Amino acid sequence: MLAAVDPAAALVGLAPGMSLADARARLPELRLVDADPAGDAKALAEFADWCGRFSPWTSVDGADGIWLDITGCVPLAESEAALVRDLVDRAARLGFTARAAVADTAGAAWALARYGGGPVCVLAGGEARAALAPLPVAGLRLPAAIVQDLKRLGLKRIGDLYGMARAPLAPRFGELVARRLDQALGLLDEPISPRQPIVPRLVRRILAEPISTPDAIEHGLTQLMALLCRQLEEEGLGARRLELACFRVDARVERIAIGTSQPSHEPAHLGRLMTEKIGQIAPGFGIELLQLRALAVEPLAARQLGLDAQKADGTVAPLVDRLANRLGAGNVLRLVPENSHLPERAARAVSMLDTRHDAKRLQDWPAGRPRPIRLLAYPDPIEVMAPVPDDPPLMFRWRRVPHRVRRAEGPERIALEWWREPAAGTDGIRDYYRVEDEAGRRFWLYRRGLYRPETPPAWFLHGFFA
Amino acid sequence: MATLVRLGGGKKDAALAALRATLRRLEGPGRAAAGVVPTGFDAIDRVLPDGGLARGALHEIVGEGADRAAASGFVIRLLLGLAAQGPVLWCLADPELYGPGLQRLGLAPDRLILARTRRDADLLWAMEEGLKTPGLAAVLGEPQKLDLTASRRLQLAAESVGGLGLVLRPADGGKATAAVTRWRVASAPSAAPGPDMPRDFGLMRGRWQVSLERCRGAAPIGEQGYGSWWVEEDDATRAVAVAADLGDRSGPSAPAIRHAG
Repeated sequence: MLAAVDPAAALVGLAPGMSLADARARLPELRLVDADPAGDAKALAEFADWCGRFSPWTSVDGADGIWLDITGCVPLAESEAALVRDLVDRAARLGFTARAAVADTAGAAWALARYGGGPVCVLAGGEARAALAPLPVAGLRLPAAIVQDLKRLGLKRIGDLYGMARAPLAPRFGELVARRLDQALGLLDEPISPRQPIVPRLVRRILAEPISTPDAIEHGLTQLMALLCRQLEEEGLGARRLELACFRVDARVERIAIGTSQPSHEPAHLGRLMTEKIGQIAPGFGIELLQLRALAVEPLAARQLGLDAQKADGTVAPLVDRLANRLGAGNVLRLVPENSHLPERAARAVSMLDTRHDAKRLQDWPAGRPRPIRLLAYPDPIEVMAPVPDDPPLMFRWRRVPHRVRRAEGPERIALEWWREPAAGTDGIRDYYRVEDEAGRRFWLYRRGLYRPETPPAWFLHGFFA
Repeated sequence: MATLVRLGGGKKDAALAALRATLRRLEGPGRAAAGVVPTGFDAIDRVLPDGGLARGALHEIVGEGADRAAASGFVIRLLLGLAAQGPVLWCLADPELYGPGLQRLGLAPDRLILARTRRDADLLWAMEEGLKTPGLAAVLGEPQKLDLTASRRLQLAAESVGGLGLVLRPADGGKATAAVTRWRVASAPSAAPGPDMPRDFGLMRGRWQVSLERCRGAAPIGEQGYGSWWVEEDDATRAVAVAADLGDRSGPSAPAIRHAG
């Protein structure tokens, strides 16, 4: 079966969906290429990525489409038409035949791009109704079955639906037809991008000559950063996440991103974080466009670092950012308390850059029972000599080293929360002992489960006191 | 140096102190002005040249294997008074520090910034960045090894803004380093329960043996180094006090415990 045909084949009447035998009969010299849906999807995704030079919001639509939300992006080009023509021209140079349409609504743009006349179609505001009327109903993004049914009813053009009463359509087609129509005409709101009307905090620099050296990239970055930071400063905002996209001459896009622990519009600080990552950019045959974009912004001073408000914070935040930038955000941590009886779950190390845990700081740390200062994330199994089931061990062997227990205190029974499922073969109970060995070292040991005569008890070393 | 100490009289002490101050000023900029952090142990502070751990300097604490916990316990007690001054950066391979335990010792866990590093190179880099940042109360690191070059870099970084650098390392993790002091901390058996206590009384107060093995600008006491002390925790206050001077290393059963704090 044919999955796709090129314009020449279409001229002689070949069409997708035709069987191979039919196609060969019509055109014996037909040249066949295996369909590669996965490869196509990948290429489409890369192309969508490449479209990021026109709009910060792009997304893949089905197997052959890309959405671009160009709200607010036009100042970057001269006009909407210029932007779209540039897109189609550039795509052609990459070997893609693209059709594009710009309209007030996503639905209208979709229909025009696929069923409109030329490769580029730009609708002015309020023209959608007239422009859509002659297009086939398939342009309403309807399933093939519904399109067939509509055709059977003689409703072939979108315009045919304009005068229809809604009530008789609904039982037959559900509310989908009416909804798609309203969406295309802008009677019903259809947000295609997840964001509110975009104010792209985005600056770009088109390079006269493609650049490829880190120094040149850094130079461009410095200029962009100064621009963006000025913009942010005017708005009283600071960036939490920034992305530098480098559009290469071979249509690939290299991206580096940084995050900050506190909103910042300091070009020096942000630039330094970004510069450290320039080495990750593979410039290929050169970079023709640099685009710096604030992915996440916050009002300045809206929040404090996860440390008590104090004068030092101002200087510590850049340090946290630098550490996170080199070590990874997941490796710059703070300790937060959690609501759990299980010792290993009662505290957690979370990223300093993760704001979700800010509220937990207000929560108190559990006080009361003695707790070790270092706790193994995974308790170490130990061999133990314990004379009586409920007694602390006399001796234990940890990592092949024997420790004779000189003193012990316990047990402190810690039970798994009732709503948690205990691990297979256990009853979710641990008896903890604090023990001191002959050298005075203090350990936190526990026996898993209640004592059962038929099974030898399992012992673990969980932490260290000091 | 040892001879000088023996000469010790009131006037000469003052002259010596002045001389030492001059020397330290010559040693490096920033050091003299950076001040000191008292260890909180009077007996130990008396031995240290300025009555405490010098800021703008690097200090080593050696603690091995299971005694790493003892060494970190000692360090945490040093930090107790400091944490009010700013956050503490702690660089380590595995963030196994346990919040509830720290809280119980009196160190609020949210004073800590933990940097998890897989390689010593990253760890030393993180420490250096921390030491160059004003506003931190202290920068702590637990490298596997510390060599002369790396320690010198840290020492210089500490001098630059008067930071307090603390390195917690295993005994075989470095020989000659540029650290200003070197401590060795090990667990020590707690005292025996009194005769009127039941046999299974439980754990007594925890004890450590703290030795000062190296100290720039101070005179060694005998062959032992600069001093060795028993340090014992106090259950009620969670503070620790020097229980006894360990001049003669008479062993764990040393009976004479003087509660100094």
